[in-house]
Amino acid sequence: MSEFLSYFRQDRLPHIWCPGCGHGTVTGALVRAIDRLGLDKNKVCVVSGIGCSSRAVGYLDFDTLHTAHGRALAFATGIKMARPDLKVIVMTGDGDCTAIGGNHFIHAARRNIGITTIVMNNETYGMTSGQFSPMTPKGMLGTTAPYGNVERSFDLCELAKAAGATYVGRSTSYHVPLLIDLIEKALQNDGFSVVEAVTQCPTYLGRKNKLGDAVQLLNWIKDQAVNVKAAAVMPKEKLEGKFLIGELHNGPAPEYSAEYGELIARVQRSFENVKGGLWECASNSD
Amino acid sequence: MPKTVKLMQGNEACTAGALAAGLRFYAGYPITPSTEIAELCAEELPKMGGCFVQMEDEIGSIAAIIGASLTGKKAMTATSGPGFSLMQECLGYASLCEVPIVIVNVQRMGPSTGMPTSPAQADVMQARWGTHGDHSIIVLAPGNVRECFELTLRAFDLAEKYRVPVIVLTDEVIGHMREKVELPDPRDIRPFNRAAPRSPAGYKPYAADPDGGVPLMAPFGAGYRWHVTGLFHDETGAPSGKSDVADKLIRRLDAKIENNVDDICEFSGEGLEDCEIAVVAFGSSAMSALSAVRRARKEGVKAGLFRPKTIWPFPAKALREVALHAKTIVVPEMNLGQLALEVERIAGCSSKVVKLGKVNGELFRPEEVYAAIMGEADNGGTGQGSAKAGEGAK
Repeated sequence: MSEFLSYFRQDRLPHIWCPGCGHGTVTGALVRAIDRLGLDKNKVCVVSGIGCSSRAVGYLDFDTLHTAHGRALAFATGIKMARPDLKVIVMTGDGDCTAIGGNHFIHAARRNIGITTIVMNNETYGMTSGQFSPMTPKGMLGTTAPYGNVERSFDLCELAKAAGATYVGRSTSYHVPLLIDLIEKALQNDGFSVVEAVTQCPTYLGRKNKLGDAVQLLNWIKDQAVNVKAAAVMPKEKLEGKFLIGELHNGPAPEYSAEYGELIARVQRSFENVKGGLWECASNSD
Repeated sequence: MPKTVKLMQGNEACTAGALAAGLRFYAGYPITPSTEIAELCAEELPKMGGCFVQMEDEIGSIAAIIGASLTGKKAMTATSGPGFSLMQECLGYASLCEVPIVIVNVQRMGPSTGMPTSPAQADVMQARWGTHGDHSIIVLAPGNVRECFELTLRAFDLAEKYRVPVIVLTDEVIGHMREKVELPDPRDIRPFNRAAPRSPAGYKPYAADPDGGVPLMAPFGAGYRWHVTGLFHDETGAPSGKSDVADKLIRRLDAKIENNVDDICEFSGEGLEDCEIAVVAFGSSAMSALSAVRRARKEGVKAGLFRPKTIWPFPAKALREVALHAKTIVVPEMNLGQLALEVERIAGCSSKVVKLGKVNGELFRPEEVYAAIMGEADNGGTGQGSAKAGEGAK
């Protein structure tokens, strides 16, 4: 572990997460993937929104930005477009990403902007103590679903793919080697990447639904996960109530900030004498 | 390059002022009557290696410019009332996290969708108090097209100097009006750039004099590896729930602006040395007010115009001096009396404050302000405390 501690602001530890929470496992998977790729710490920027998952960035030793609820991807868009050379990572949760931040999510995917988004999906709003989220399975209990959740939940990976993300994968806080592999590949994709990490919330989701302690909850998650390769040869009825893990989509396409960079080069070629612009001083560019 | 004279639109002049300040990043969402600013930025920024992003909404727009500003770029967005409302949460974020940004709000009639193509000045209080929590704010109000250039340029300087969001509050008429503008020689412009630390060693991103000090700001991606959070934070940037940390932080942020009102506040005027009836007006209302004041002077009434270019913080000291001899202060504004509340606070003890509100989507006509001045002159400044625009002119 000690070799990975260098990726953390050790003076900010211990973290605020509850005993048995899966978010630390996902954060650990991220730094392991970063380590494997040997990324320059000074060129990595990690952005988050609001919620339990979003507190991860405060512990990481990069340029980090803990923003407003749902807006991590919009802040990250500004950073990536202003500094396309930076590796921009967003850490978010199911409520942050798919409810209040849903619009930014689909547009970041549509643009195929070079941001790696890690969604820690614990199927509940943990920070506010267990309300149902757009990812809470139908029928489950939450403090705002005392008679069972009647809403349908998103398949986040299908949503990401449909909206234009070019790398999509799902793993869990149980399947850690797979999670590290997926994050590593996601970080290597130039465009918009999404890795959904299903994690356990024993304090709220687990307790409210009488699913047991953290270990039992991890087993509950494990039992629902089916690797996409295995699923390919399984009969449909056996996949009822399961979710797929593994690499779900890998379709590289031109990345937005790079495309905009080409636009700049094209415009500058055709306006060699920039002095024709609205403000002449602008030619003294940085 | 010598000075140039151009026929310019207010929104165009705002864009030119921003570019003169060194704007390199714009994110926005289309909204009348501000859209020309986005269109011009989309055209101009790539020419100088800058970036324009059309975001999915105004929340995303302000979020993106905050992100860009954190990398060291000068960043701006422009909007109007409905979009400005959507930006309020992140405006507070920029204020707390001390990220310099500029927001142009070209005001239109509201609330709600209102009359999108008609001018208003009803976002005075939204600009001051729109975001939640205690905070101070700088709001500049251009009174003509040339000032759209000057004050947008100045907005960047103030944003960079004090590490605050700065709002440029114009209106549909100022934004769309065309006037002859003499632009300064670019060599005479020295834009202010935020103070940066020299080395990452021992960098404390929020260390500053508690009495209104401004911390040094490192750009992201330069090896400082610092943390920015909308949670209250100590001088290292670490979140803190401690009451003494919170108190110190909020008081310092407030003092950054309140201790520097003399540097921040600007106003102009006419006839202020001896006026007995002062008119306080900003933006397009001030154009009509100036005409009315001049006409009243010709009729022998000692009228004067006090035109704040900074409406938040309000140039209180200067207005108090005027109030020493102005028995009456008339405040024409295209709302039901928002700036007048501030005028009352500052001068209400010594002068009678007459609210002249107009909310029909039309500009003040000079004769409406003139009639209000003459009505006050007739009764020696002791009449009733409010007047309705249009009454005097009928």
